Amino acid sequence: MSKKKIEGLVDFTVHSLKYKTQLTKKFVDRKPYEAPNHNHVKSVIPGTVVEIFVKEGDRVKAGESIMLLEAMKMMNQIAMPHDGKIKTIHVKPGDRIPKHQLMIELE
Amino acid sequence: MSLKKHILDLRKRKEKVQQGGGEKAIEKQAAMGKMTARERILALLDKESFTEYDLFVEHEARDFGMDKKQLHGDGVIIGTGTIYGAPICIYAQDFTVAGGSLGLMHARKITKIMDHALKMRVPLIGINDSGGARIQEGVNSLAGYGEIFYRNTLASGVIPQLSVILGPCAGGAVYSPALTDFVFVVDKISKMFITGPGVIETVLGEKISMEDLGGARVHAETTGNAHFFANSEAECIDQIKKLVTFIPWNNTKKAKAFPPKPPKFSGNIEDLIPSDPKQPYDVRDVIRAIVDDSDFFEIQDLWAANMVIGFGRLNGETVGFVANQPLVLAGVLDCDSSDKAARFIRFCDAFNIPIITLEDMPGYLPGVDQEHAGVIRHGAKVLYAYSEATVPKVTVILRKAYGGGYIAMNSRHLGADFMFAWPTAEIAVMGPEGAANIIFKKEIDGADDPDAMRQLKVQEYKEKFANPYVAAAKGYIDSVIEPSETRQLLLHAIEVSASKDDHRPTKKHGVPPF
Repeated sequence: MSKKKIEGLVDFTVHSLKYKTQLTKKFVDRKPYEAPNHNHVKSVIPGTVVEIFVKEGDRVKAGESIMLLEAMKMMNQIAMPHDGKIKTIHVKPGDRIPKHQLMIELE
Repeated sequence: MSLKKHILDLRKRKEKVQQGGGEKAIEKQAAMGKMTARERILALLDKESFTEYDLFVEHEARDFGMDKKQLHGDGVIIGTGTIYGAPICIYAQDFTVAGGSLGLMHARKITKIMDHALKMRVPLIGINDSGGARIQEGVNSLAGYGEIFYRNTLASGVIPQLSVILGPCAGGAVYSPALTDFVFVVDKISKMFITGPGVIETVLGEKISMEDLGGARVHAETTGNAHFFANSEAECIDQIKKLVTFIPWNNTKKAKAFPPKPPKFSGNIEDLIPSDPKQPYDVRDVIRAIVDDSDFFEIQDLWAANMVIGFGRLNGETVGFVANQPLVLAGVLDCDSSDKAARFIRFCDAFNIPIITLEDMPGYLPGVDQEHAGVIRHGAKVLYAYSEATVPKVTVILRKAYGGGYIAMNSRHLGADFMFAWPTAEIAVMGPEGAANIIFKKEIDGADDPDAMRQLKVQEYKEKFANPYVAAAKGYIDSVIEPSETRQLLLHAIEVSASKDDHRPTKKHGVPPF
């Protein structure tokens, strides 16, 4: 009988059963899910903020352009996702921002 | 000139060109811990088997002062040779010549040897070590890449194609390896990426080293682009040679048979597996207890380790193993492990290699990240690959075969030729706990002691359904076997299916969920 001692075992639940197993690095490093907040305007692509057309407190209609983000050699108009008020602006022209960066908060 | 003089002249010319980029460049290559292109070819092929073509090819570029530059062999060596007697077509980019950059004639040499490999129906090995497109040659370089990709695609499924990354392989160049069957990488030497760290930092402001972005380990562990990871070029060459022994020359042949050898395993195979389905074990130990000489040649061992794939031999014949690995993530199916298994199944099917599936899996990995990463379309690849495959397909269910996983892992319903199950097999729509909670919800909720009632019902379900006999009664399982009989029955299955002739409806090609 060859019973090897197995290192690094943790509890791991799949459906109703709890298994003893090792984890992969990729599984451990995975990002937990966050429900999207519809009042957060985030960058969908990394790029540079060129211009912001609104200021805090402005009331803006859905579909209106609120800022310009240059990414991959293209000028991208960022549109208002729904009717609302600009609460906080987190970026300024010239900022180079990564993907998923919170740019503007609405209310 | 006398004949003797002609011969001496030829020798002199050859000698000059064979120096590649010259002494200094060769020293630089060595300082990076790398062999030269010629050394690599000679180390890989059988002694004195290498025959070189197009040694005297020169580039035709005229712009940017290129007309004054001579690039020996235009930065790539091509030719034919053998590995353990098997014919091989090979090319190796020579980094010492203009950084192995790809220009028009360089690409023409590569496509010439690719055409030759396809026509002769022999495996193709490409050794990549190149700075990328030769900028001075402009669109001709891009044309060259495109013509290589086109041939990679035409040759796919006809001849085995191996890519060896022994240096940088960046930008468009990475797509040739990606189109081939097996990619070999070496720690600290191989680098693969579409856009390098420099561009990423300029455009996005993200700082990352070349190693962390696209080093050998990244591709072996994280992306799954690489199939074999080695610590040195010498180890990599051994891996290539070993792989060549397991695969056939082309899709009309079978892999070369070796003299049969018993496994080097003397214990009881059932002792390798804990009877509690929640306890892990290393499924590779089971494979080694089954295959000839206990020699299991694993592929992509570092990536998606919850699925094990690789080659072994049964009675001297190559077979492909696809096995759930309870040791890692409990052996679940997820996006990566589905991709890994599906591609391997298609390789085996294309090249007449029987597939042995060892099943012990609790189902698909639950989670938002999996669902959003497209586990539906990735998981579907496994169903597609198994259903499509017409090579002999054998399944042995070791322990758990729950839910969709039971169907996916080469079930009878997807066309398995032989379905074996150990007496420890639990074939059920889900684990006993989950099933009991649903079926007996009323009884459990209404009981004075719900926990005790749940335990009772779980036990009841286990005894009644979590076994191989319900499926065996329907004929979904051909035979419930003792673990110690496994090897004998697999040998038998391979033997009786030697002339299997199974056909699929005629079509141009299917539309698999890529």
